Formats: sequence, C-alpha cells, structure tokens
Amino acid sequence: MFIRLENVFYSYFQHTPFEVQALKNITLTINRGESIGIIGRTGCGKSTLIQHFNALLIATQGSVLIDGEKIQKKSSQLKNIRRKIGLVFQYPEHQIFEETVFDEVGFGPRNIGISGQKLEETVKWALESVGLDYQDIHKKNPFELSGGQMRRVAIASILSMRPEALVLDEPTAGLDPEGKRLILKKLKTLREENGTTLVLVSHSMDDLAMIAERIIVMDQGTIGLDSSVRKIFSQGKTLEYYGIKPPTTTRIAELLQEKGFDIGNGILTAQELSERIAEKILKAGKH
Amino acid sequence: MIEFRGVSFWFTEDETLIEKKDEVLHNIELVIPKGEFVVLLGRNGSGKSTLAKHCNGLLLPKKGEVIVDGKSTHQSEYLWDIRQKVGFVFQNPDNQIIATTVEEDVAFGPENLGVPQDEIRKRIDQALGIVGMKDFRKKEPHLLSGGQKQRVAIAGVLAMQPEYIVLDEATSMLDPEGRSEIMSLISQLRGSITIFHITHYIEEAVDADRVIIMDQGQIVAQGKPSDIFNQRERIYEWGLELPVVSETAWILRRRFPELFPFLPLRAEELVAALCSFV
Repeated sequence: MFIRLENVFYSYFQHTPFEVQALKNITLTINRGESIGIIGRTGCGKSTLIQHFNALLIATQGSVLIDGEKIQKKSSQLKNIRRKIGLVFQYPEHQIFEETVFDEVGFGPRNIGISGQKLEETVKWALESVGLDYQDIHKKNPFELSGGQMRRVAIASILSMRPEALVLDEPTAGLDPEGKRLILKKLKTLREENGTTLVLVSHSMDDLAMIAERIIVMDQGTIGLDSSVRKIFSQGKTLEYYGIKPPTTTRIAELLQEKGFDIGNGILTAQELSERIAEKILKAGKH
Repeated sequence: MIEFRGVSFWFTEDETLIEKKDEVLHNIELVIPKGEFVVLLGRNGSGKSTLAKHCNGLLLPKKGEVIVDGKSTHQSEYLWDIRQKVGFVFQNPDNQIIATTVEEDVAFGPENLGVPQDEIRKRIDQALGIVGMKDFRKKEPHLLSGGQKQRVAIAGVLAMQPEYIVLDEATSMLDPEGRSEIMSLISQLRGSITIFHITHYIEEAVDADRVIIMDQGQIVAQGKPSDIFNQRERIYEWGLELPVVSETAWILRRRFPELFPFLPLRAEELVAALCSFV
C-alpha cells in the first residue's frame, strides 16, 4: 500500500457561497509499481484527485496516507512526500525558467544539497531517461528547443528528484504523434527498469491502451469504475455513459460484433486487433 | 484564392538569411482555391503555424509573396481588407477572448469594422446560431469549456463575414469532446466558406478535400486523404502516424494481400471490407 485515500472529500472555496465539492468520498489504494490511467470528462475531478497524491491539496475531510503515514500539514513531512511523488502538470514546459537545460533539470537536486559529480550524474540520468542526449543538450537554452523536447526536459526536471512515483497530468497533450510515442515509450521503460509507479491523467484512450494496466474512471467527483485496462476498454457503451470516447479498437470490435463477426473484446492495440481478425478470417475457411 | 509564391521565412531580423538552418519556411508554392476544406499536417516545428500566419499577413514573407484574391500581403494598404477576408482562430482558447460576455466578444470584430448596430445584432444572432452557442450569449466567456470558447472564437470570426477561415491548431488544447464539437462545426461550414485547418491529429484530415503535409519548412506531399494515408512509411518519416483503423488494415494486408486494395480510413469502411471478405 503506497498511496491510500480514505473517504476523501475536497471542496474549493470552502465556507464561501462559491463552495464547489470537487471530490466526494474517495477511497482508493495505489500499490508500488502500478501503472494507472485516470480518465473522465472535463471537470470530473481528475486533476483535483492527483494533487492529493503529493499533498499539493489537503483533503477537506478524510485522510491520505503515503506508505502508511497520514499526511498532515507539517512542512518536513510535505517535503519528503513531494520528493517521493513527483507531479508533472499539464503543459509543464510553461514552468521552465532556467537558462540552460542543465540548470533546469538540476534545480531540484541542487536545492536539496546535491552538487558536483553527483549532480551531473543525476541530471544525465534524468535526461537520458526521457530520451535526450546529455552531451547534445545540457548546455542549450531550453526555450530554443522544440515543443516535444521542452516537454521532456520538464519531465526530466521532476525525474531528477528520483521520485518513486510519477504522476502526470496529460503528458502528451499538444505533442505530435512522434513526440507522444517517444514519451510513452520512455515512461514505460522507466517503470520497467526502476519500478517507478506511474499515474497518468489522459483524454487519449489510445495512449492509455499502450501504457496503463489499471484504469480509474472519475465521474462528478466520485470513482465511477476502477478495474483492469482490458475490462474497462471492453465496455464501449459504459465508457460513453461516462462521457469517454472508447478507444478505436473497442469501437471496431463492437461494429464487427453487430455484423455477426465476433472477435471478443478487451483489445488494446492495432496489432492485437489485427491478430484477432486474422484468426477469425482463417476460421471462416475461405482464405 | 490564397496563393503562396516562392515564400521563404526566417525569424531573425536580417533581411538576408545567414544560416540555412534558420529558415522556417523554404520556397513554399501553394494555392488554396475558394470553397475547399484543406487540412495541413506536420510534426511540431515543421513550419505549419508559421505558414498559417502568412495567410492573413500576421507574418510577411522574407522572400516571395502571399496573394489573397489578387492582393499581396506586402502592401500594407491591403492588410485591413485581407484580415477581414481571412479569419484566424488561434490555438489557445484562453488567449483570444477579450470581452466580458459572449455576445460582446462576438461583436468586437464587426464593431471595429464600423458595422451599424442593427446589422451587428443580426450578425451576432446568426454567428452564435451557427456555432450552437445562442443560449450562452449573456454568459461570461471564462465560465465556458475549452470547446465552447473556441466556438465563440469562431463565431467572432464568422461575424466578420470572412471568405476564408484559418484554424491554427485550434483543436490541439481541447479535450476529445471539444475537438469533436469543432470538427462537426467544420463539416457544417465547409462548402460555404474556405477552411484551412492546421493540426497534427491525422484523424481530423480524413474528411478533407485535400491534405497537405509539411516537414522541415517544406511541403512534402499533398493530395486526397486516401492517397496520402496509403503511404504508410512516409507518414511515419514525417513524424505522424496512421489512424488505428488504417494501421490495423495495413497489418492485415500483409497476411491477406487481396483484402484492402486501399487502406480504409474509417471504422465503417474497415468493417464493410472485412464482412464482404469472409
């Protein structure tokens, strides 16, 4: 039990006439090493939820526990939690401020007293983890990089704190397909090699089909569904009920089924889809 | 008709190019005839936004010229006219709304053109009707969703009665719902107005009259969507990707070569081809 939320409520503008309840009675466990996608229509509470994972927001009611320790508003504890759990905001490149890539990525570690050889190693590791070449890039001005490169520098500057979990809000938004594929691939590798827990908020079901093993569907501040990615993505109609456009593979499987061409469900990628269709064609025996 | 004649552009102040790598657009030749729905695709940094901003003189060519209905954007006396003719919708919905209510925002353009009050009222009604935002006319824009804000921005452009609309990655910051709102608005507007839509979502190009691909400041391909998407290898070289439907068909075709003479772009086409095959 790594991150645990127990009966968490959160309200914006509490005790004012503008109070909005954004989270309602959320109970949730995230285990070490999991890869989780959080989905739901805009305004359902996804971003509010993930900001509780590293205590950027403190529950107005209920408790959040990290490694069994309850979050309170003690600054020593918060520092520790934020090192453990790195949060990457939407369009994180808007928050870049240093003049070289090295200083940007090294900012966090330097603040906690890492310097010299150790700092260089850390920055190098973080940049390489997101697929950037250290020699090529560390002296460059981040503002002269392409959108995809800036995004990766911004992610590296969170990674350089060597967090145990990486929580990302729409990490591929606005990127071209190539930049998107690269980031997803690097996150996958990071998890495989370091056991980093991944939590991704995303509107792209096709992206999540590639990387997530578990999906949490948020709906009006509550958890609507929480299950394996295959189970969730095999229910096209249910997803539509929650305002989510099912992945293309799910839609194709359902269209085929309507025509009496049943290839089953829970299909995640074009590769899997084509294999299931091929089996069916061969079984039909005409080819 | 918008014409690009040998257009090159670089961002440094110098009138002469110092290094070739600084060139953002290289010798662009392009014609967008009236009435077409054209989609421009390309990876981040390929120059597509820079090209878009040349259509109404937001940027001026360092070499060559851009001509809108016979008028060059180099001639500053035409710019006012050209900008009325070529409406522009930007990427970030939060950066282009200026007024405190939806209808005032839509009125801003025509007011600046000196359109009489009665006429402005008519235009607001009409424009908000087209984008499906009539019920929101008294609302504060910052309370709207991203897709709704972009629809208001489009209404503001429509109220200027332009002949061309350039959408510069207008869907890229929206959620899937907002994106499909804009795409269905485009299909409703097409034909009556020329639409130049810049995006890197290849799915948004499926219904276009013409697809243009840019890479490294140059136009590297253009044609009908089905002709472009059948060049799978080049699609990936350009930093793009095939829609899942076409990718699935491509994998299947390697095993059953007679299955898809053309790669399908839509789920319905894929399903129909499969059903008649077995």
